[in-house]
Formats: sequence, C-alpha cells, structure tokens
Amino acid sequence: MRYVRPGTVDEAVSLLNSEPESCVFAGATDLVPQMQGGRPEPKLMIDLKGIPRLVKVSYSNGQLVVGAATPVSIVKVDDNLKAAFPGLSESSGLIGSDQIQNRASLGGNLCTASPGADTIPSLMVNSARVVIASSGGTRTIPVSDVVTGPGSVSLKSNEFVVEFILDAPPKRTADAYLRFIPRTEMDIAVVGAAARLTLDDADCCTEALVAIGAAAPTVVRAPVAENALRGNPINDETLAEVMAAASAVCSPISDKRGTKEYRRQVAGVLAKRVVLQAAKRAKEKGGAV
Amino acid sequence: MTVAVEESPVKKSYKWVGTRPVRHDGLEKVNGKARFAADMTKPRMIHGHVLRSPLAHAKILSVDTTEAESMPGVKAVVTAADFPPPSKNEGFPHRSSNLIAREKVRYEGQVVAAVAATTRRQAKAAAAKIAVKYEELPHVLTVDEAMADGAPLLHENLITKGLDTTPKQASNIAKRDYFEQGDLEAGFAEADVVYEHEFTTKVVHQGYIEPHACVADTSKDGRSEIWCSSQGHFMVRSATAEMLGWETSQLKVIPAEIGGGFGGKTTIYLEPLAVKLSQKANRPVKIVMRREDVFKATGPTPGTKIRVKIGARKDGTLTAGKAWLAYESGAFPGSWGMLGGWCVFAPYDIPNVQIESFEVVVNKPVNIAYRAPSAPMAAFATETVIDQIAREIKMDPIELRLLNAVEEGDYNHSSMVGTFQRIGLKETLEAIRDHPNYKIPLGPNQGRGVATGFWFNIAQSSSATVNLTENGRAVVVTGSPDIGGSRVSMALMAAEELGIDVKFIQPVVGDTEAVGFTDVTEGSRTTFATGMAVVRACRELVTQLRERAAIMWDCSVEDVEWVDGKAHHSGNKESPLSLAEITAKAKKTGGPLNATGSLEAKGQGPAFSTQICDLEVDPETGKATILRYTTAQDAGTAIHPSYVEGQMQGGVAQGIGWALNEEYIHDKKGVMQNPGFLDYRIPVASDLPMIETVIVEVPNPKHPYGVRGVGEVGIVPPIPAIANAIHDATGLRLRDLPMSPVRVLEGLNQQNGVG
Ligand SMILES: Cc1cc2nc3c(=O)[nH]c(=O)nc-3n(C[C@H](O)[C@H](O)[C@H](O)COP(=O)(O)OP(=O)(O)OC[C@H]3O[C@@H](n4cnc5c(N)ncnc54)[C@H](O)[C@@H]3O)c2cc1C
Repeated sequence: MRYVRPGTVDEAVSLLNSEPESCVFAGATDLVPQMQGGRPEPKLMIDLKGIPRLVKVSYSNGQLVVGAATPVSIVKVDDNLKAAFPGLSESSGLIGSDQIQNRASLGGNLCTASPGADTIPSLMVNSARVVIASSGGTRTIPVSDVVTGPGSVSLKSNEFVVEFILDAPPKRTADAYLRFIPRTEMDIAVVGAAARLTLDDADCCTEALVAIGAAAPTVVRAPVAENALRGNPINDETLAEVMAAASAVCSPISDKRGTKEYRRQVAGVLAKRVVLQAAKRAKEKGGAV
Repeated sequence: MTVAVEESPVKKSYKWVGTRPVRHDGLEKVNGKARFAADMTKPRMIHGHVLRSPLAHAKILSVDTTEAESMPGVKAVVTAADFPPPSKNEGFPHRSSNLIAREKVRYEGQVVAAVAATTRRQAKAAAAKIAVKYEELPHVLTVDEAMADGAPLLHENLITKGLDTTPKQASNIAKRDYFEQGDLEAGFAEADVVYEHEFTTKVVHQGYIEPHACVADTSKDGRSEIWCSSQGHFMVRSATAEMLGWETSQLKVIPAEIGGGFGGKTTIYLEPLAVKLSQKANRPVKIVMRREDVFKATGPTPGTKIRVKIGARKDGTLTAGKAWLAYESGAFPGSWGMLGGWCVFAPYDIPNVQIESFEVVVNKPVNIAYRAPSAPMAAFATETVIDQIAREIKMDPIELRLLNAVEEGDYNHSSMVGTFQRIGLKETLEAIRDHPNYKIPLGPNQGRGVATGFWFNIAQSSSATVNLTENGRAVVVTGSPDIGGSRVSMALMAAEELGIDVKFIQPVVGDTEAVGFTDVTEGSRTTFATGMAVVRACRELVTQLRERAAIMWDCSVEDVEWVDGKAHHSGNKESPLSLAEITAKAKKTGGPLNATGSLEAKGQGPAFSTQICDLEVDPETGKATILRYTTAQDAGTAIHPSYVEGQMQGGVAQGIGWALNEEYIHDKKGVMQNPGFLDYRIPVASDLPMIETVIVEVPNPKHPYGVRGVGEVGIVPPIPAIANAIHDATGLRLRDLPMSPVRVLEGLNQQNGVG
C-alpha cells in the first residue's frame, strides 16, 4: 500500500487516474475501521487533507463553501456557519467525540453513505450542492443525488468531492438536527431528523424541508410532512401530521441498533421535536445572515 | 460521607489508615509513563496473530499450515498439536481446553492456530492462509435452546452432575445444585402476598479498556519470561505451565500495569501461545488482542434465566422463597449457577427456602468472573419481587428489607459463609433510609428505586516482604497486581504499623521470583488478605527493631516497647530511637532488616450495599436518564477512602450499563454483531451523574484493621434499583435485560394500547 498527499485538486485527479485500485480519504475515521473489518486495502491511499481548497470554510456572493476534507470540528464552531446553519453545526458536533471530529469530514460522512450519517440530513434540508472533480473538470450536483444506497454513491471511481456549496438562507429561516442514541455521545444514530423552516411575520410556515436519517436505506426527505407544514402555523394539529408523515416515510430495518418499529415511531417523535426547534430558531433569528 | 458504626476492634483512630494520600503509582498513570503489557518491547521481538474460529460450532476436519509457513516474515506457527491435551487439573473454568480448539470449535472466536512473523501485518496475512476445514454443526445460544430436548450437544460426554439419579444421556446441563430448608409449602401458605416472576439477562462483558496482551521470551535452555497484564501473575505461571506441560520453575512472570480486569483477567488466553511461538521462532513474541478478540473470546459474564417466588405476610415478614436459576457458562462448564443460587436470597432471613440452580453450556465464549460473579442477575430477580411485595403491602421498601435483613449469627447456606459473623447490611439500609437523597421530591416521569446487594468476598493466599532501607524508609513488596489502588492501601497499613510517613513507603508488585506465592487479585481480597500479610511482616519487623534497639541500649528486648514508630525504653533510661536511627546503625547490630509475611487468610467479611436510583424516562423515546445515584456500602474500615469510593462508583457505573444497554447481540449463525465499544454500549462519562457514596464502617472482626473487601458488591444492586425506579416512573415492570429504550418504549406502547 502506498500513501500520497497531493497538494492540488489536479494532482489528486491524476493520482486517482494513475492507479485503478486507489482510494481518496480525509479523516479516515470510516476508512480505517472498515479496513480493519475486512474492506480490501487499496494499493494507493490519497490523502485529501493536503489540498488547501478542501480544508477551509469560505463565503462569497451569499454562498458558503465548505471544503470536503475540512474537519467537522471546524464546521461545528465556525461562527458564520453556526449563525446561518445551526443545524449543520450541531450535526457536525454530534459525530463521535472531539478526537473523531478533529479528523472527520463532511466529504467522508457523505461518501461513506451510511443511512445513519449525521450531517447528511442537515445538508439535505439546506439543499447543499457538491462540487465533484474528475479528469474532465468539475461538475456540481445536489447533495441528494450523491448517495444511492447504503455504502454506495453515484460518484465514479475516478471522481471525488471537492466542496459543498450552501446558499445563505432567507430571513426567518433556520435549521435544526436531532438524533436519538441510547447514550449521550459516542454512538451512532438509531434515528435522526433534520428540518429547515421559513416563517412569515405571523409565524406561519412558508417553506419546510424535513429529512429523516437511519430509518431507510438512505437519508430520506419527508415530503408529506413538508406539505403539512407549508402554509400552516406550527400547532398541535400540524405537528401530529408531521409525526405521522415522518413515521410513514420510513422503511427501516431491525438491527443491533434498534428495531424497525422503534425507528418508525421515534422518527415521528424526532421530526416533531426538530420542527419545533427549527421554528423556535427561525423566530429568534429574524433577517438573513 | 462516612458513617462510622462502631469502634474498630483494634484501635479507635489511626494516624495513616483512613487518610487520602496520592497513590504512589498515580503520576505515572496520569502522564502515560506507566507500562502496560502492550507497551513492552524487546530486541528482535516479533508479533503473533491468532487465528480464530468464524463458526459458533463445528468439527475441525483439518488444519493445514503449509502455505502460511511460507508466507513472508513468518517465523513460527502453532496449532493444537503443539500443546498437550488438557489434564484433569486444567484449572477453572476448563482453561486448558479453552486454550486452543482440538476436535471441535465451540464458539465464534475460539483459538484454532497462531502465527508469529516479523510484523503484525505479516502475521495477520499468514494466518489468513491457514487452511481450516470445518464441518458446521447446529449451535445453541441460550439456556432455553441448550436445555431443550434434543438440543445439539457441545460435549458428547457431558453428564449432568448433582441430580438425584445420574442421567445416562449426555446433555448441555453440566451441573445442578439444590438447597432447601424449612417447609416451602407451609411457608407460602402462611403468606398474605406471593409473587412469582421470570427474569432474563444477557451476556455482558467486563469491558476493561486494556485488551489482553503479553510478550514471551523463551530461551534455548527451556525457560521463558512472560510480561503480561493479569489479575494474578502466579496464576499465569501455573496455568501456562499446566497448558505447556512445563515445570513452573521454567517460567517467570513479570506483571505489567493492568488496565482493568473486573474478574476478566483471572484466567489466561495468550501466554502459552506466545511462549510456544517464541520457543519455535527463538525470538521474543508479542501478542496483543484486538477489541473484537476481547469481546469474542474473553470474559463475559453469563446470560441467565431466573424464576423467583417470594411470599410475605402483611406485616412484611418474608415466609418463603423459591428460586430456579439457569446460568449459561459458555462453551465449557463453570460454577456460575451455583454462585447465583448462593446469592439469590442471601440478604434475607427466610425460614422456608428452596433453591435449584443449573449450569448450562452454550456456543458462546467461556464465562469468567465479573465483579461479584452471578450475584447481580440473582439480585435482579429477588430485589424486584421484594419491591413488588413492599408496594402491595404498602410498606417502605427499606423498612421491609430491614425487617428481614440477615445479621450476625444468621445462617447462610453457601460454603463460603455458613454463619454470618458481624456484618453491616442493616447499617447500609439505615444509611440509605436516613439519607437526604431518599426524600428529594420527584417530578413528572421520574422514579426512584432502591435495592440491596450481597457478596461473599474471598480470602486465599498472600505474601509480602517488607525491606527497611538504610535510611529508615520501607519497600513493601507484594504479589498482588494493583487493580484498584491496593498499593497505596498496603503502604498505609505499613505506615500505621511502622510509624513511617506513607510517602516514604514504596509499595511494589513483585514478579513471581521476587515475592512469595500470592493468589489472584479477585473476590475483593487484596486489601483484606494481602493487607494481612503486610501487617504480619511489619509486626515481625517491629520485633526485629526492638531487638536492635536492645542491642544499641545493651538492655533486654523486654525492656523495649514500640510506640508510634519509635523504640521506647520501658524504664525511660534512654531517649526513644526512631526507626531511621535504628536502621542507620543496622550494620553494627546485625545487618539489614527485612521480614516476610505469608498466610492463607481466613475470615473475610461479607459485603453489603444498598442503593437509590433516581431516573427520568422520556415517555416518547423510552430512554431512561439517571438523575441521581446514591450508594451506601459497608467497607469494614476504609483504608484509603478515595479508592473505596472509586470501587463503589465503579461498580455502580458498570451495573448501570448492564441494566440499560449492554448485551451481546448474535446473528442467527451465532456470530457476534457488536464486538466493539461503538455498539456494545457501556456508559460514557456524560451518561452518569456523580455517584454519591456513603461509606459505612462496621469493622470486620477478623482483620487487624477491620477491612472487608469493597471491590465487587457495588455492582449487585444497580440492575434491580433501576428496574424498580423505571416502575416507579412509568408503572412498567421490566424483567428482561437490557432495559433499553426499545424495551421501555415497547412496554409503554402496550400500556397505552399503541402498536
Ligand atoms: C468512534 C467513531 C464514532 C463515530 N461517530 C459518528 C457519529 O456519531 N455520526 C456519524 O455520522 N458518523 C460517525 N462516525 C463515522 C465517521 O467518523 C464519519 O462518517 C466521518 O464524517 C467520516 O469522515 P472521514 O473524513 O473520516 O472519512 P474517511 O474515512 O476519510 O472516508 C470515508 C469514505 O468516504 C470516502 N471519501 C472521503 N472523502 C471523500 C471525498 N472528498 N470524495 C469522495 N470520497 C471521499 C473515502 O474513500 C471512504 O470510502 C464515527 C466513527 C468513529 C470511528
């Protein structure tokens, strides 16, 4: 096995093309445990953390750009990001522990394509886009087009994620993320839920995005819940519809982390709670960041 | 908080005992300098990798190592053929049989072969090339499956012991233990309330942070040195010798610091493999388990199924108790069922009793001790039923326990107790009853549960050598690995005896050739038994010091008294001599001073703990959060109160994990699904509140300082305390572990008619 640390996107692209059995990585917090668990070792390991563009958070023209290999500990604490996307900040802050967060990246979290990945629901409700590099240059696709199933992505073997782009949210808009774990930390979501709401001046919801994690082969949006919210005040009736719709959108499995019945039921509970949290933030927030 | 219950049998107050000096090994453990087994390296050292069974139950048709031996870097390969067959005295629980699979593999993770190569990666790659042909057999994973008629057999010749008539057919039931007293039917007839319930618990692991590891260096003269972390290096020596067919004199075992054991390191797994690989390769060999190996092939404590029936009169008097207990023992028999039977009613004086317990083999790793082994499961059943009785007759659950609590003179049917000497159960109950935390008002969805626990503690052999230095300091060498602060406790007792400042006493854990034979650090015995050896050696030294003073004063030794660390002349004719003044003149009075104390200790004090758990259940997710936890335990005398508190808190923390989330999860093929700390959920620090401790001190009359063991009993009450608290919060009686959010929510749904 060979380890390389390219300094530019182009260098990484040509390394990827030079060896069919190669693999990019950022924090390796998924990769190393997977290899210990029997994932075949690649011949070439390409460390993306040496490419400055992939390890930074920046703003331009009302857009937030997060490098794919940026440690989530930075995503968690970046002030501007936290103000605009508090839910993405909190989902980043839930990954593993401080040590794991100092290594782990959004790119790795997305491309591991685990149904329980904590940041994917947050990226989805914020309609994030990803910039993907390959020898043909770069292309940009919605984050929701990346994951195709548990552990599988739509990227070709010679492609990798360069960065995430998020548009600054409109005013009175906020997101939130909640997950259920049996402990308080160092655990993988049994169910997760993210929501992003926009409220009008009468606190009526004008736009809503809801996503549920760990309750289907991939993170799923809950369109029926979103419709129930859109155009309505956040009251018991709306919330009851959100709960039912969030449970209904799940197609969970039973495994070591929970049963399918449990996941379905708690998906509804978390969806309700996360909508309330997002609504509270949207009210407090006022104008755009 | 400490509740002193009565005067110590020896002295009212101590100068050193009961103080809280920084432990001698503390700094090195904090700054990373302490050397654990995996930290050891030797010149020319190579690395071992163990090949383990992927199957839960299979016949081994063949093991072919030809290809593995020709892999890069490989220096040695061992298989079952390299070890003698297990003899009769193979050690508990069937240690030698478990070392390496012979005709059959009986659990996933069982050792099949081992390879040593220049690097770990090479050893792993080579092990993958060992060709093992298996014929898969049907397996059993639970006591129900194993005890069923026609169940697949783990051992074709296992005949149940302890039945009235010896069965002709083999089964998976290794042993039955039975005890009765009084008239059971009459007892239940006398009762106004009778409850009978069935409880199940899952296999859980001790969860020590340090994986098993060792380095063995075998030389051409047929001797081997072993560095390893264990709870007893003399046990490592004898067990390794037994498994290799060697003399113990061929082995020297050097104890490393130990990163947790909790009973799990009272046996061995790797050492004979490493010694043999080292012999074949003529190089030092290191083997370090991965966490996955630790889960799949070491430890755990049994899963169980237990039925308990208890009757009581309206006034709270318990009239009868019946218990049926089936304990898994893993792939080879142990004694877990018997221990459970001994503990199930131990805290209570019940006149009419019947207890029947079973030891059942299953296709899972061989069970080994875990902190008060077998007691927590039995207490789960009894203490939950007791709680139910208290509610039914509207009596405070602590008062009910006080009314029936055993005390000095009461009979206990276990061979380890017989008749109780002075014990402190009532005092722990009173400490909890009178504790302010027992009265704090609770909010919605919150509940409070109490429970009591018992543990025998054990005594066994210990040795200590105390050397006085030329400048009046002392080195205390014992053979007990320090797993919970025992070094500083030894130093405190020596300081008390010799009158030296504890910081000038250097407590050392000696290797198998530096100190006398000492049994394993287990059964909460070290501060008790090894402490007695230290005291004995110190008292012998005091005699010597008096003799030396007599020489210095040219008087008779009878005229020299030892008071507060100094020699005093009885006629006050001389000014007192300090210990340092005597050792400074040692060359002129007969040479260096040292003494050894060795004994087969007797009279360990049984331990009791009573605990309150306050928790809150999230009614929408079923998650129980511990709000407050209070534990009162009888320590006899707390030699170093901080480490007594640490043991009390540690037991509670592990009990909480066991109660709420920990369990081995297997797939249909008997393969463990969660062999790592991500999915085997021991509590993390933020899961727990600060666990409040009350040290109760009812001195053990059989120990010079009144010590009882404190290491284990703390883990006994948490499971029922939590179950009782969940009931208090929600009305749900949970009788199956773990009481995970999934289980609690299922229960709540049933209660609400949902789902
Ligand atoms: C102890 C522990 C706790 C954990 N807890 C959590 C948790 O609470 N929540 C959670 O969601 N996850 C958790 N994880 C999983 C993991 O930390 C996260 O998924 C993390 O975000 C992965 O990021 P990484 O940079 O380490 O990925 P890596 O391991 O570097 O990569 C993961 C995969 O993605 C690919 N990849 C990485 N970067 C790119 C890229 N830019 N373009 C294309 N492919 C790429 C790699 O080839 C690899 O297949 C935990 C892991 C551990 C070990």
